[in-house]
Amino acid sequence: MRWLRRNLVVIAGLGTLAYMILPNVVVTVFSFNNPTGRFNYAWQEFSLDAWKDPCGVADMCGSLSLSLQIALWATIGATALGTAIAFALVRYRFRARGAVNSLIFLPMAMPEIVMAASLLALFLNMGIQLGFWTILIAHVMFCLSFVVAAVKARVLSMDPRLEEAARDLYAGPVQTFVRVTLPIAAPGIAAGALLSFALSFDDFIITNFNSGNTVTFPMFVWGSAQRGTPVQINVIGTAMFVIAVLVVLAGQMVGNRRKKAQPK
Amino acid sequence: MTGPAVETAPPQAPASTEPPVHKASRRKRLIPYWLLLPGILWLLVFFVLPMVYQASTSVQTGSLEEGFQVTWHFQTYWDAFTEYYPQFLRSLLYAGTATVLCLLLGYPLAYLIAFKAGRWRNLLLVLVIAPFFTSFLIRTLAWKTILADGGPVVAVLNDIGFLDVTSWLGMTEGDRVLATPLAVVCGLTYNFLPFMILPLYSSLERIDTRLHEAAGDLYARPSTVFRKVTFPLSMPGVVSGTLLTFIPASGDYVNAELLGSTDTRMIGNVIQSQYLRILDYPTAAALSFILMAIVLIMVTIYIRRAGTEDLV
Repeated sequence: MRWLRRNLVVIAGLGTLAYMILPNVVVTVFSFNNPTGRFNYAWQEFSLDAWKDPCGVADMCGSLSLSLQIALWATIGATALGTAIAFALVRYRFRARGAVNSLIFLPMAMPEIVMAASLLALFLNMGIQLGFWTILIAHVMFCLSFVVAAVKARVLSMDPRLEEAARDLYAGPVQTFVRVTLPIAAPGIAAGALLSFALSFDDFIITNFNSGNTVTFPMFVWGSAQRGTPVQINVIGTAMFVIAVLVVLAGQMVGNRRKKAQPK
Repeated sequence: MTGPAVETAPPQAPASTEPPVHKASRRKRLIPYWLLLPGILWLLVFFVLPMVYQASTSVQTGSLEEGFQVTWHFQTYWDAFTEYYPQFLRSLLYAGTATVLCLLLGYPLAYLIAFKAGRWRNLLLVLVIAPFFTSFLIRTLAWKTILADGGPVVAVLNDIGFLDVTSWLGMTEGDRVLATPLAVVCGLTYNFLPFMILPLYSSLERIDTRLHEAAGDLYARPSTVFRKVTFPLSMPGVVSGTLLTFIPASGDYVNAELLGSTDTRMIGNVIQSQYLRILDYPTAAALSFILMAIVLIMVTIYIRRAGTEDLV
């Protein structure tokens, strides 16, 4: 009883973790299912069919590659624009700084569906064809704020004396930026980029409103919830989870090694 | 061109020693604006301007066949609100419940990672972050399997009498969980937990553990240490975590659609079907503005009350 009380936090925490991981376990287990009928919600028998032929479902892998492309371009766009804004906000004092800060904050403080609907209102009113470009525009828009937040946090904790030292050693502005500022800000930029990629790749609500007939991977999954879910969706879900864990673990290991390598 | 430059030059600086200064500083003063320009332009065109268009859409009348015209028909707002206030209330209720559950479930895990995990910290953090990278739609669909009628989870919940309590609260009916409010709240809680845990963790991690020792040295019981030291210091995380959970949850329609029934429709479901199926754009635009107004007002009051300013 005393043991239980002492470890209450650990037990509760691990309970929450189990709640968070449970769906991933179910997705993985059901990727080895051989369902009867259109839906993969009840366990029938073990089968490797879906793993042997992950692209065996019409249009699924096409939607997957489309989502990857959009996520890649949206990440590049949002990271470039957001990093520039973050540097301007942290490094310079200028008029309208408060206004810029709130403009950055607003997209994060608004239900996604409001932004999704308003973008649709814009595109409808201007008669713009919905598809790849409208999705990309929307994704860059909502990823931007998250990049700014991530980079800002990193640049704020940076010691400005390092750059002064570089200038004292006769480094030009460009050289200082490339050799000193950028490497120090890199983890923040990387975090912002990674977050953008994940947000864009997984976005459903904004894409649902602004994709027209274009089908991204989340749109495909959404449609399959009505039409019938192929087992291959679970294969992709499992693969994504494994890749994500490996990528994030690798990122943390690189970060730790850097930290250790730094002289005290 | 020369006017302002002369003004900014220090009045007594001899021109011979500092000729390039005012020119360089002028160019330097423009740097932040050049850095801001592309990103801010993007937000103005694709975030602010759409709001203006939506505002104009919300006061239009007409039909899809004959076209819509701006007629300043504000009545749409009142009609939309009176017709759909049950869905508004339901959204706030579900999102609020999910937020409270996220806080109750998320706090122990954030605490565990911040103070007790030791070398397991990185792995636990990865397990919290990883869901961001895997399709949340696939994971939400998995809840259909987990909460299936007659499945093991529902059987256990029934055996321990949990479903009796939730039935009494009106959150379930009989021995079903799927297609009830409980399933929707369960899905919302699940989907937004990482958004609660990460801010909580980052504010807990910053707490100096010597404060805990000091409180212990002053004979504070562990519960007192938590109440008087840890929790107050984690308030910034609590505030931003609850906001990051409540705001998106209030506009969500995925969980209500996949795990709920027609009796659990939230306002997001209404806006989505008005925009994409019924094609009644003015009503849809009015509804999403009402949602935005409710959320912004609640958030402003909450931030005032909670008293933290540094959120991002």
